[in-house]
Amino acid sequence: MSPRFEVGASVRVRNVSPPGHLRTPFYIRGCQGVVERICGPYRNPEELAYGNRQADRVPLYRVRFAQHHIWPDYCGPEQDTVDVELYEFWLEPTSENAHAA
Amino acid sequence: MSEPFPERSHHDLGGLPAGPIPQGEHDYALWEKRVDALMVLLTKPDQELMTVDQLRKGIESLPPDAYDRMSYYERWIYSITQALQHNGVITTTELGQKLEELQRRPASSGEST
Amino acid sequence: MPHEPAHPTRPDQDAPLTYYQLLEQAVRELLIEKRLLTAEEIRAAVERMDARSPEQGARVVARAWADPDFRKRLLQNAPAAVAELGIEIGPLQLTVVENTETVHNLVVCTLCSCYPRNLLGLPPDWYKSREYRSRAVREPRKVLEEFGTVLPEEVTVRVHDSTADLRYLVLPRRPEGTAHLDEAALAQRVGRDAMIGITVPD
Repeated sequence: MSPRFEVGASVRVRNVSPPGHLRTPFYIRGCQGVVERICGPYRNPEELAYGNRQADRVPLYRVRFAQHHIWPDYCGPEQDTVDVELYEFWLEPTSENAHAA
Repeated sequence: MSEPFPERSHHDLGGLPAGPIPQGEHDYALWEKRVDALMVLLTKPDQELMTVDQLRKGIESLPPDAYDRMSYYERWIYSITQALQHNGVITTTELGQKLEELQRRPASSGEST
Repeated sequence: MPHEPAHPTRPDQDAPLTYYQLLEQAVRELLIEKRLLTAEEIRAAVERMDARSPEQGARVVARAWADPDFRKRLLQNAPAAVAELGIEIGPLQLTVVENTETVHNLVVCTLCSCYPRNLLGLPPDWYKSREYRSRAVREPRKVLEEFGTVLPEEVTVRVHDSTADLRYLVLPRRPEGTAHLDEAALAQRVGRDAMIGITVPD
């Protein structure tokens, strides 16, 4: 399965909270960031958590976020960042690259 | 009137206000190292009796006050018992019988006989 | 005779076993009775983790400082590079992030306590604390200062939240005045906290 997003793509984290084992931290939901690297395919932890060891592999990305975009009152320089690993189904293209299929 | 479902799970701590970071360290007790070792062995690819994701989910499912009060490896061993039962490796009855047996044994160091 | 463990074991107290200690013993004995594990395997696994320590990470850092080509390989494919030193890290998806003049890296796991255990051994309590997990992403510079690390505004602070399978090792900057040191001496300068990014080597 080929990754949907390229390195450098602008993405937004879905803002949803289904009850389950989520590895997308609450603080990053709804935030916009940039794909820093494509980590490769990994089995979906949300399914592994329920004992499904044959869970599908999903592309995992490292996404970089500007601290100022996460915390309105962030105390530090503009260029400070947080990198978070996120699974593809948690990411949407932002309007800047809506052409990503 | 019902409470809204907490969108931020209790364990999901990133960004919450908190006090100074306690910098003391403790030497791990042998029972804690054994819990750690159990996890390594139980999640080996060739004989996967549970997954690390099940460990995490079990810990996340603890009620907030239990999560806060229990120590790190107390949460782990609790979660391991849940995952192993879910996966059919041990049963609640077996656990209960074993606990009774252990309590009847004369004071031991926790070593397996 | 095995060498001293990197993580000294707290001596047993005379107090009766707690519920959770009994639970650990119960689970262990049931698994042994069911022939799913042996007591020897468990003992060996405890020893293996005990043998893992920040010294292993320090060797990697020292080699990277001394050998620029190794450093490149380490940043490109950390597991392969670490294997060159004979350090066995199993399936650990080690990822090395490099401190530079303009970037300082800090590692946290806000959701639990993910840590490169197979390289550095067991994590310190503070790394697993709710305070660190809460604040490291939100106010990393204040957190760094609590540990005595002050960074100028010109240096970008890059926090890594280990939410999936990647496990991070910070490659600290080589301290000034170390050009004359051999690898073993360089390794002495690298502590665990510098490889998490909460401090810098003196």
